[in-house]
Amino acid sequence: MPGIIDIATVWAFIIAFAVFVYVVMDGFDLGLGLLFPLFPAKADRDVIMNSVAPVWDGNETWLVLGGGGLMAAFPLAYAVLMPALYTPVIAMLIGLIFRGVAFEFRWRTTQEKRNRWDIAFAGGSLLATLAQGIALGAVLQGVHVEGRHYAGGWWDWLTPFSILTGLALAVGFALLGATWLVLKTEGELRDRAYHLSWFLLFAMLGAIGAVSIATPFLHIQYTERWFSWPNIILTAPVPIAVAAVAVLLLRALSNKWDSQPFFLTLTLFALSYAGLGISMYPYIVPQSITIWQAASPVSSQLFMLVGVAVLIPLILGYTAWAYWVFRGKVRAGSGYH
Amino acid sequence: MFEGWDAVVLARAQFAFTMSFHIVFPAFTIGLASYLAVLEALWLSTGREVFINLFNYWLKIFAVVFGMGVVSGIVMSYQFGTNWAAFSDKAGPVIGPLMAYEVLTAFFLEAGFLGVMLFGLKRVGPRLHFLATLMVAIGTLISAFWILSANSWMQTPTGYAVNADGQFVPADWLKVIFNPSFPYRLVHMVLAAYLTTALVVGAVGAFHLWRDSHLAGARVMFSMAMWMATLVAPIQILAGDQHGLNTLEHQPVKIMAMEGHFESHKDGAPLYLFGLPDEAAGKLKYAIGIPKLGSLILKHSLNAPMAGLDTVPRENWPPVPITFWSFRIMVGLGFLMLGLGLLSLFARWRGTLYEFKLLQLFAMAMGPAGFIAVLAGWITTETGRQPFTVYGLLRTAESTSPLAAPAVGSSLIAFVIVYFAVFTTGVFYILRLMASPPHQGEPGPSHDAPARAAGITPAAGVVT
Repeated sequence: MPGIIDIATVWAFIIAFAVFVYVVMDGFDLGLGLLFPLFPAKADRDVIMNSVAPVWDGNETWLVLGGGGLMAAFPLAYAVLMPALYTPVIAMLIGLIFRGVAFEFRWRTTQEKRNRWDIAFAGGSLLATLAQGIALGAVLQGVHVEGRHYAGGWWDWLTPFSILTGLALAVGFALLGATWLVLKTEGELRDRAYHLSWFLLFAMLGAIGAVSIATPFLHIQYTERWFSWPNIILTAPVPIAVAAVAVLLLRALSNKWDSQPFFLTLTLFALSYAGLGISMYPYIVPQSITIWQAASPVSSQLFMLVGVAVLIPLILGYTAWAYWVFRGKVRAGSGYH
Repeated sequence: MFEGWDAVVLARAQFAFTMSFHIVFPAFTIGLASYLAVLEALWLSTGREVFINLFNYWLKIFAVVFGMGVVSGIVMSYQFGTNWAAFSDKAGPVIGPLMAYEVLTAFFLEAGFLGVMLFGLKRVGPRLHFLATLMVAIGTLISAFWILSANSWMQTPTGYAVNADGQFVPADWLKVIFNPSFPYRLVHMVLAAYLTTALVVGAVGAFHLWRDSHLAGARVMFSMAMWMATLVAPIQILAGDQHGLNTLEHQPVKIMAMEGHFESHKDGAPLYLFGLPDEAAGKLKYAIGIPKLGSLILKHSLNAPMAGLDTVPRENWPPVPITFWSFRIMVGLGFLMLGLGLLSLFARWRGTLYEFKLLQLFAMAMGPAGFIAVLAGWITTETGRQPFTVYGLLRTAESTSPLAAPAVGSSLIAFVIVYFAVFTTGVFYILRLMASPPHQGEPGPSHDAPARAAGITPAAGVVT
């Protein structure tokens, strides 16, 4: 049962960590797909694809860890949430198929001018992003649970709030994609990425504001979590930090410090994510199932904890090495596709 | 649409469909990753250019296949929750950690080193690059280890207890992982992956030898593939036989369906070669069988009694015709593979390995045989487990999500359309890559780079 630090809480943090690493790593490469229609020239698109081709597969593996880890550590939550999010999850999977195969397929088609795999990459990225954002909103607003089952319909997820979170995530991923291009490209392509970053930053701040205002209206618990005394001492720094990071980002964009905007945008994501955690904890299915109710037995969680403790640092190590190998600016025709 | 359909049937159709597409890709990448590691090792140790040309040739194909394997695999990892929620809730504490270990030990390893393997030769140099290739190859094998352990546990569950919520919970992890059918299934599947790859490589080699029997790359790959078929096909038949004996011990009903044994045989069961299984009548119609041979193979005694499906309540029967036929397709193809290996051995002995047109034709015809055999074998073992998801313990009908048929039916249609559109295109691209022969200075998967890989010799070591 609930202790200060028990193994179920540890696992909640591990799953949250896996999902966050997924957002950090796949967010920008989904964002590149969202921006693809704005870069119609083939040379630009080649560079954009080249900047993630060696790492995209590793990025998506974190999504598999999030799903697989949820099933292993919190099987009840997995069993309730997946049917509740049925349509968005299927849509996300289909989107990921189209964009995932595009990395190789676009080089294999002979119709280079109007490459339909470029459309698949952009469309698949958009579908997957919207679906993830909608799923997030659908979880936050809560799902109908009876006993150990999801008891709602297959369109319950669709509400104005989930549409809002879907669009908000798309704006956020697009900003990550634009600032990634600032980091990884040069010349005219980079300048256009800067231009887009300005616009997208304001859009993202608006989106964060809109979701933050809408969330407390979903459940009285969210309102109490954020605004009741003494919680507010702990919650107030989050929006203050968002404002501070936004100022730093604006400064980096106007001074054209290439390496900063991407990491500052990630910080914005981390803060929004922390806000999400503050809203949800200790529920894994908001307002119905807590992490302790959903947890698999200690023998299962402990067995995996050993592996996680040894392997996650190792994974982060060789993933960092792979990024290091392909570090620096990507130039047209620079040797890997 | 789909009102009045059975959601359980639709969910099963969806799992069967997405799984059948998915299994083809890892079956190929497990073998191909190992083959690439061998080619690169040969290049590093001999310095012969033909090996790096072949490496780059197959690496391009690997990149396309691997991408399709990844995206169809992500679908599988969510499919358990979307369509099989009750199964996930009940078996998650046992199955989940096995799959989580697959992600942690295999998927990350493959994905982490794949980028370097595909695009990094010039950046990291031959030695580190070989390490990356090796890691990807090892990753595919570790992945097979965990996923087959999970699958085998569903076939022959051991090491578990059942808790108050009706969940299977682990009691002894070693018994869960090394459950009785796992070692047999693992060996059988990995050998199948190697054979599948050998047959594809052999068919591509044969295709190019048919047009030019002096082509160096085609000669090397054809010879290597035929050695593989010669050596592995007989081992695979033996491994399959052992797997069958293990199944008889732990899942006798599956064997009854595979063999078409509707009736019990008190003194020696026949081996039915062909027949039409009639489930309603509980009879194998028009059966052609060899008396006593079934008992001899399965019990190593001519007169050993064998129980039939007549001893099993009907609600526990697996679908007999599918199990019966898919098993025969797999075994038939296995013996054809053995025949191909022997014919190539004969041609080698005659000194006409590269000119023997009949052998080339045979090898080309057998190109897809490994995939068909893998699918048939998979269908045999999975259909034979029915009507349970966890054999004997959890019924398939009690494993599904609380979803109405229209939801499951719509997603099934979506997957069918998307899979056919995407994966048939991918197969087309692969065939087009295979249609051009490997040549000198074969470029790797890099596109806008000039083909300089051939200029890198392992002796040069350091690459700028």
